[in-house]
Amino acid sequence: MATTSQPDANLTGTNYHETIILAEEIHKYYELGETRVHALRGASVEIARGEFVTIMGASGSGKSTFMNILGCLDKPSSGRYLLEGVEVSSLSKKELAAIRNRKIGFVFQGFNLLSRTTALENVELPTLYARISKAEGEKRSREALALVGLGDRITHFPSQLSGGQQQRVAIARALVNRPSILLADEPTGNLDSRTSVEIMDIFQKLNDEGLTIVLVTHEPDIAQFAKRSIQFRDGKIRRDERNQNRPLASEVIKNLPALED
Amino acid sequence: MDLLAILRIAMRALARNKMRSVLTMLGIIVGVGAVIAMLGVGQGARQTMQEQIQAMGSNLLFVGAGTVTRSGMHMGWGSTKSLTYTDMLAILRECPAAHAVAPGSSSSGQVVFGHDNWATRLNGTEPQYFDIRSWSFVEGSSFTQNDVEMSANVAVIGETVRKNLFGATDPVGQTIRINNLPFRVTGVLSPKGTSAAMGDDQDDIILVPLTTLQKKITGQPWLRWIMVSAVSRQGSYAAQQQITSLLRDRHRIREGDDADFFVRNLADMADVADEASRVMTLLLASIASVSLIVGGIGIMNIMLVSVTERTREIGLRMAIGATEGNVQQQFLIEAVVLSLMGGITGIIFGLGASYVITQALGWPVLISPLVIAIAVVFSMAVGVFFGFYPARKAAQMDPIEALRYE
Ligand SMILES: Nc1ncnc2c1ncn2[C@@H]1O[C@H](COP(=O)(O)OP(=O)(O)OP(=O)(O)O)[C@@H](O)[C@H]1O
Ligand SMILES: [Mg+2]
Repeated sequence: MATTSQPDANLTGTNYHETIILAEEIHKYYELGETRVHALRGASVEIARGEFVTIMGASGSGKSTFMNILGCLDKPSSGRYLLEGVEVSSLSKKELAAIRNRKIGFVFQGFNLLSRTTALENVELPTLYARISKAEGEKRSREALALVGLGDRITHFPSQLSGGQQQRVAIARALVNRPSILLADEPTGNLDSRTSVEIMDIFQKLNDEGLTIVLVTHEPDIAQFAKRSIQFRDGKIRRDERNQNRPLASEVIKNLPALED
Repeated sequence: MDLLAILRIAMRALARNKMRSVLTMLGIIVGVGAVIAMLGVGQGARQTMQEQIQAMGSNLLFVGAGTVTRSGMHMGWGSTKSLTYTDMLAILRECPAAHAVAPGSSSSGQVVFGHDNWATRLNGTEPQYFDIRSWSFVEGSSFTQNDVEMSANVAVIGETVRKNLFGATDPVGQTIRINNLPFRVTGVLSPKGTSAAMGDDQDDIILVPLTTLQKKITGQPWLRWIMVSAVSRQGSYAAQQQITSLLRDRHRIREGDDADFFVRNLADMADVADEASRVMTLLLASIASVSLIVGGIGIMNIMLVSVTERTREIGLRMAIGATEGNVQQQFLIEAVVLSLMGGITGIIFGLGASYVITQALGWPVLISPLVIAIAVVFSMAVGVFFGFYPARKAAQMDPIEALRYE
């Protein structure tokens, strides 16, 4: 298995030590009538620009809840979250919308594509709310779809795409506004192992170009492609370690058997 | 986000539920259509009325027998034995503003020609009546002053009477029977059409010499009306005053008592007719606006349903960067597109309806571009007003909760 010679040093032009995400003692409760569900119980994490982090953990351990907070979609019940040094709780709704639009790309666990809307239009959606022209938005959307290997399916509706293809549309949509952070909640959950590795290849390449990636997965095979692995249990971080011997997805693909057609 | 993109999204959302969108628009279509049709017909009626009053002669005055109460109702119209032929002569002699006069008495008659018969209004007058009213003849001519002196059995008929009794036959010189008396037809009057003010057919009439009517048909020496033409248009107000004081004098009516006659000048009649059509238009417009409000509530209802149905879509749009303003704008524009499309359809239907109605009545079609512009603006306003609350509701959703909505 091929490994990168210098695991964390091949970042060009990015300051590795600049903290981009800083979460401190994040708690999240859900009030359900009498009972209170404690989804996060003091999760703290610091992520630097240019990192590639995977989050693993049992179902219900709070991974999606944590991702939603990192993605500025949800607010913690207590604790501090600083994005690029800015306290997120101090931002207005409009500023949060702009961050979700331009700074963060989010791949939802359930894809959340608009039905009756083509793949291309789904990917274009974030560009409509960014200050770029329609033509530029369409160009970027086509590029993003080509990047995830769906260049030939752009006029298909989500119902005409397989689960894996839908997932790739969701990834293209998260990338289309060229965010600096990609948050992906199980982006390879529905994919066969070969396609999963292809997606990880894309992620590794984007990461090499400076994109910070946080990705939730259940599969240790997938997690190994990242530079750092975080383990969640019961709403807390149980383990946080750097991956040694990180394989290159592009190398791994070569050794996988081609799909029979 | 540019307007074109929002419009595209709105059109697509509406096209997704075509039937529902059309049904929702129906209220606006009916409301706007009704307003346009009513304004069109109303304007046509007003124009026609003014033209007809003008055509009668702008310096015309009408003196009628009977009392006019303060509320404008006349009492005992015609049955009052107050106006006489000598009153008429006195008007001509003593009112300097009066230029010409014609006496009139009315009855009704059963007219027979061959096997056809027809019930119509029967008026007795003198030949100058046709000059005063500037009413010309399409065939033949008026009876003469000599006919009046002789109480001759001659008659002038209106177009409607001609159509019903003669068909293609030339009526001039033919003998008809009015209330069983033979009359020779001397002329046919040019058609005047339906009176827009009164709604009656002005061509359904027969005119005979006054003396003939008085002696041979009604047996009454009284006049029912006197038609007066003033020396000029401005002179008609002076004439009105002169005639009023003259006749009050002659009829010995004391200061403060109601007169047993009334004098109208055409300018007044035009005002009355105008007022009537204005009140009518106002009434119809208020009915139409109720329908617009109902239509607006329909839009609000459907928009609320749509917002609920599309909760997940709203959540997603917010999650990928739509601001509250973006979401609000989108739903507001959807409501406006809905109401505007209804409005435009309504305008088309309204134009069609008013065209059909005015054509049937022979009136001009009059719809000013301003009215159409107002209808467009109004239907947009309905969309904004009734779309605001649903759009606000959509904009205030929490993205993460909206995304979880089942
Ligand atoms: N809106 C909510 N209301 C109530 N409880 C919630 C809500 N969202 C999440 N939870 C609870 O919070 C806990 C963490 O949920 P979360 O979705 O973060 O888990 P997860 O780690 O992403 O699981 P999975 O791997 O299955 O996706 C769960 O026990 C869940 O039941
Ligand atoms: Mg999850």
